[in-house]
Amino acid sequence: MVNIMEANTITKNAGTAVLEDRAHTGTQESAERKPVFKTNNFNLWYGDNHALQDINLRFNQNEVSAIIGPSGCGKSTFVKALNRMVELVPIVRTEGEILYRDQDIFNRKMTVEELRTKVGMVFQKPNPFPKSIYDNVAYGPRVHGIRKKKILDEVVEKSLRDAAIWDEVKDRLNENAYGLSGGQQQRICIARALATEPDVILMDEPTSALDPISTTKVEDLMHELKKNYSIIVVTHNMQQAARVSDTTAFFYQGYVVEHDDTKVIFENPRDQRTEDYVSGRFG
Amino acid sequence: MQLIDKNVIAKKRSGRLTLNNAMKWIFFLCTMVGLIVLVTLIVDTLMDAVGYLNMDFLTNFSSSRVESAGFYGAIIGSLWLMFVTVPVAIFLSVATALYLEEYAPKNKVTDFIKINISNLAGVPSVVFGLLGLAIFVRAMAMGNSVLAAGLTLALMILPVIVVSSQEAIRSVPSTVREASIGMGATKWQTVSRIILPAAIPGIITGIILAISRAIGETAPLVVIGVPTTLLVTPDGFLDSFQAMPMQIYAWIKMPQEEFQYLAAAGIIVLLAILILMNSVAIFIRNKFSRRY
Repeated sequence: MVNIMEANTITKNAGTAVLEDRAHTGTQESAERKPVFKTNNFNLWYGDNHALQDINLRFNQNEVSAIIGPSGCGKSTFVKALNRMVELVPIVRTEGEILYRDQDIFNRKMTVEELRTKVGMVFQKPNPFPKSIYDNVAYGPRVHGIRKKKILDEVVEKSLRDAAIWDEVKDRLNENAYGLSGGQQQRICIARALATEPDVILMDEPTSALDPISTTKVEDLMHELKKNYSIIVVTHNMQQAARVSDTTAFFYQGYVVEHDDTKVIFENPRDQRTEDYVSGRFG
Repeated sequence: MQLIDKNVIAKKRSGRLTLNNAMKWIFFLCTMVGLIVLVTLIVDTLMDAVGYLNMDFLTNFSSSRVESAGFYGAIIGSLWLMFVTVPVAIFLSVATALYLEEYAPKNKVTDFIKINISNLAGVPSVVFGLLGLAIFVRAMAMGNSVLAAGLTLALMILPVIVVSSQEAIRSVPSTVREASIGMGATKWQTVSRIILPAAIPGIITGIILAISRAIGETAPLVVIGVPTTLLVTPDGFLDSFQAMPMQIYAWIKMPQEEFQYLAAAGIIVLLAILILMNSVAIFIRNKFSRRY
């Protein structure tokens, strides 16, 4: 495992296929675009399959960062590497660095539990626990040792409000979360992630199992949430990336082809493959 | 172009429907075979037992005279036995199942262990009796005590509960597991708060099957040397005791016809106690099932 490199290192152009991460050198560059995640030559293998190759990216605080790309390009794998969920697959091997707030997440000083508390995750399919709505949202705080009913009540209400579902469920907090619709379940899952007060929220295709109306609600939510959180969202829906994100990274066959402000990616991409993909010519 | 000949479809239709109907009746008949045998057995036993099932039978110790022979010592002894067997078996097997499913590395050794636990369920009970005799009764000098017999029976039913618990744990969707781990919960928190509650109905089904087997098991007790002519109930786990199946077995061996009726009465009591214990388990199971 690589030791922590100098905190401010921003790796340039690692390989010929990888373009420089330009998202942060553009006109919007300013002091307030603080990075939450940086990766330095990050590589990942599933057994012999080199799934992620020399990934050099940077994601900023209080922004929605989208990751797009065709199926099997490694975008889900990458986002799961950011909170080390990818390690649940036993054959995974990694190389290189991922820095969360300048701290190497693979360093022993940071436990996975600590990392995953700070970096929450919303999954592709709504996956509430077979418990009441209240117990679902209170799960995180309880796991972290918060017992006081009064505090839990407040956290549950705030999280449900922030996830824009409080009004729909406030009268049935003790009912099983499985009784809700898919879109409501997904917002419960977002509320559940918010309840631990994370710093970053990873979303792995959070709307792919939802109907259009629920999708719109979740997208609006992302827009709201970025005021207080940093969001990294994987999506195979390019319109969604264009609508919600500040920067977009285009993954292709395990490489980052291009990472730039979303506007640039969609209107004036530098790479032909990016242009082909965002204009719907393949993928 | 028509690829499918509508006439063929029409011709085959009645055959499909007949088969469909026939299968239902075959399944029904198979169910009835088991049911009729069971009802016959119970009715036959009840008829034999009916004159002997009274308070004296429940409160008297065993005796060589039919008039004063009772089941009291055996009932209390079996309850003591279950008091050792059930907690030990549940704790050991659920912990084993959790380790194998949640903690153990996925490799050939683990697979080998899993296969052999299933095979263990097929080992004849008398072999477990011999094991208990060698280890608990002799090597650990527990004698033919409640503890020795209880631990032997616990080992005997271990594989049944392990296998059913493994099934139950495996059926908890991995998405729910990931949700918990993804929030910074530790493995143990995930296991204790999410996986176990979700797996409990399946685990209890295994426990019910296992207890039913343990309470009626005779062979290991014969090997261990559980007495049938004791006139006291145990005061502690290291005391000697009687057991219901042993008492029934002893009565059946007696030459006088009346003892056969006593045995029948014993069987009915054993079944009643078993049903009572299982209803507690089913109550707990339903309580947890309702959460879905």
